[in-house]
Amino acid sequence: MTGTAVTLRDLEVHYPLGRNMLGTPQVLKAVAGVTLDIPRGSFFGLVGESGSGKTTLGRATLAAAPVSAGRVTVTDRDGEVFDMARLDRAQEKRFRRRAQLIFQDPYAALSPRMTVRDIIAEPLEVMRLCKTRDEVNDRVRAIAAQCRLNIEHLRRFPHAFSGGQRQRISIARALVTNPDYIVADESVAALDVSIQADILNLLKQLQHDLGLTFLFISHDLSVVAHSCDHVAVMYLGRIVEVAPPRRLFAAPRHPYTRALISAIPSLDPDDRGRAERLEGEIPSPANPPSGCAFHTRCPMARDRCRAEAPALRQVGTGQRAACHFSEEMAASSVRTGARAGVPG
Amino acid sequence: MGGLLRVRDLTLSFGTDEGPVTAVDGVSFDLDQGEVLGLVGESGSGKSVTAKALMLLNPSNARYGAESQMTLTTEGREIDILSLKGAKALRQVRGDKISMIFQEPMASFAPAITIGRQMVEQLQLHRGLTRADAKMLSVEMLERVGISEAAKRFDQYAFELSGGMRQRAMIAMALSTKPKLLIADEPTTALDVTIQAQVIELMKELVGEFGMGILFITHDLGVIAQTADRVAVMYLGRIVEHGPVRDVIRRPAHPYTRGLIDALPKLTDLGAPLTPVPGDIPSPLERPAGCVFHTRCPVAEARCRTHVPATRTIRSRHSAACHLVEGVSV
Repeated sequence: MTGTAVTLRDLEVHYPLGRNMLGTPQVLKAVAGVTLDIPRGSFFGLVGESGSGKTTLGRATLAAAPVSAGRVTVTDRDGEVFDMARLDRAQEKRFRRRAQLIFQDPYAALSPRMTVRDIIAEPLEVMRLCKTRDEVNDRVRAIAAQCRLNIEHLRRFPHAFSGGQRQRISIARALVTNPDYIVADESVAALDVSIQADILNLLKQLQHDLGLTFLFISHDLSVVAHSCDHVAVMYLGRIVEVAPPRRLFAAPRHPYTRALISAIPSLDPDDRGRAERLEGEIPSPANPPSGCAFHTRCPMARDRCRAEAPALRQVGTGQRAACHFSEEMAASSVRTGARAGVPG
Repeated sequence: MGGLLRVRDLTLSFGTDEGPVTAVDGVSFDLDQGEVLGLVGESGSGKSVTAKALMLLNPSNARYGAESQMTLTTEGREIDILSLKGAKALRQVRGDKISMIFQEPMASFAPAITIGRQMVEQLQLHRGLTRADAKMLSVEMLERVGISEAAKRFDQYAFELSGGMRQRAMIAMALSTKPKLLIADEPTTALDVTIQAQVIELMKELVGEFGMGILFITHDLGVIAQTADRVAVMYLGRIVEHGPVRDVIRRPAHPYTRGLIDALPKLTDLGAPLTPVPGDIPSPLERPAGCVFHTRCPVAEARCRTHVPATRTIRSRHSAACHLVEGVSV
């Protein structure tokens, strides 16, 4: 199946911050004008530092954040279009089956008082998707097997399981209603390295087998690069670059992307200190800089950047970037030895 | 430069309702002044418990093994850490000679006391400085770690600082007492990758300047590669491999170390499949017999299930505890 699963057009999500001294209402623009298409069947990565708005963007695509301006729609596999700003109750009921969220912390996401079977079955029961208890049990067993959970474990409580097993339970619960679109918000961040690869491989396998569309939110560019077929980089509520991961790593066209790549600690001890360090920290989204939001930390910033916000524009095949000086970056080289294979 | 810290056969278990849980099992290592030793391992490997043992900070249900030895040598004087009794004696390893930086700086600063007052208090306590001198030194340290408007920050509370600032303030506070040994427990894990790079850079500068030894605890081999001189890899309370950081990362001897490296996403080959270490970390209540790693090891043999492997030296200062590694028994 082809087409677009999720469409965002100039999306803005604002949160009220009270009033300032003059009594003017203040807002925090968590998402400040995002236009993006997530292709059906893709594993779409969204990266950024804390405070970049990546979680809010993910929630906006699940009707879990207010749409202040612009539009966000999700199209399911039957072609029904759900507009997040105007879901009526019947539509919302259908939408909740079709779109699910996998959380970061598998220790906090599972009720300690429910058995694994009850945790996985709860969405089916709440949404009344099965007529009989046997039907529920069959569905739970089928999805548990697909998530490589042991059927005997279904009677146990979550405390008996390790982080990796718990995350597999969370995934089974998200998939039990047979959704099309999944938002995975930092779903491997809380896991140990040795388990992280296992969960990533499982998510990819399920995506392939069940034809799912994934929005994979992460702060870890190396994880995203390995799993996703498209990557969007977010900074202070805006998308600064979108590209397939190979393209993004070989030739980043936004200085923020380049800095993020070079900040990944290299596994080569002799690669010390060659990274391009970013000065300072991400500014508060309540008081974003003028012009290009990145100019306060950008090594390439000039007068134009302080005055004029750059638009996200095509800079190469399948690659878009929001920088006035993208063309200059195409010429300059980038350090890609980050977390490199180990030289022999 | 001589041996600063010597740990031998450190064994530590916790008494729980479900029986004793072994957290550290026969751990030995040395640390010199001006040296950074990385302690890497996953959750439950016992790396934090080992670090806390050095300051005797583990809860009261901790039982140290009879053979356990921890000796800190500074200024020609040996301190037998396990023999320390009473708050005054313990102060030597809790702030005087050893300082610690924690993962979550928000949880480590008292929320209702200004950063400055906390810094001054510990300087009065450990260095016997007057309030005015302590304030001067604190502001100087805050400036040294790259905090702008240090005098203003001095009077602020932890919540007024950003995550990266807080971690810098934590480092300034830990180093202001001029400790001989700095324990850094996942100091960059809670930070964004761009801030992590700044903090790593800062810590490397400070080792050169202050010459203390650092025990750097992390789960991230990339961070270890960028900071440590030597690395010890822990799994379920044991050091399974130990050696110079280049050797261990380029020629890992233990199957667990190899597994950890293979599980990391490599940016040079985005198409390469990620290889997880099979299985899950066993519960601490069900410690495997023989080699603790045999339940997840791709090359385990019959003897691994029954016999604990000895630590063997593979090459200069590089050792591993695996039956299948060729080497000389230590």
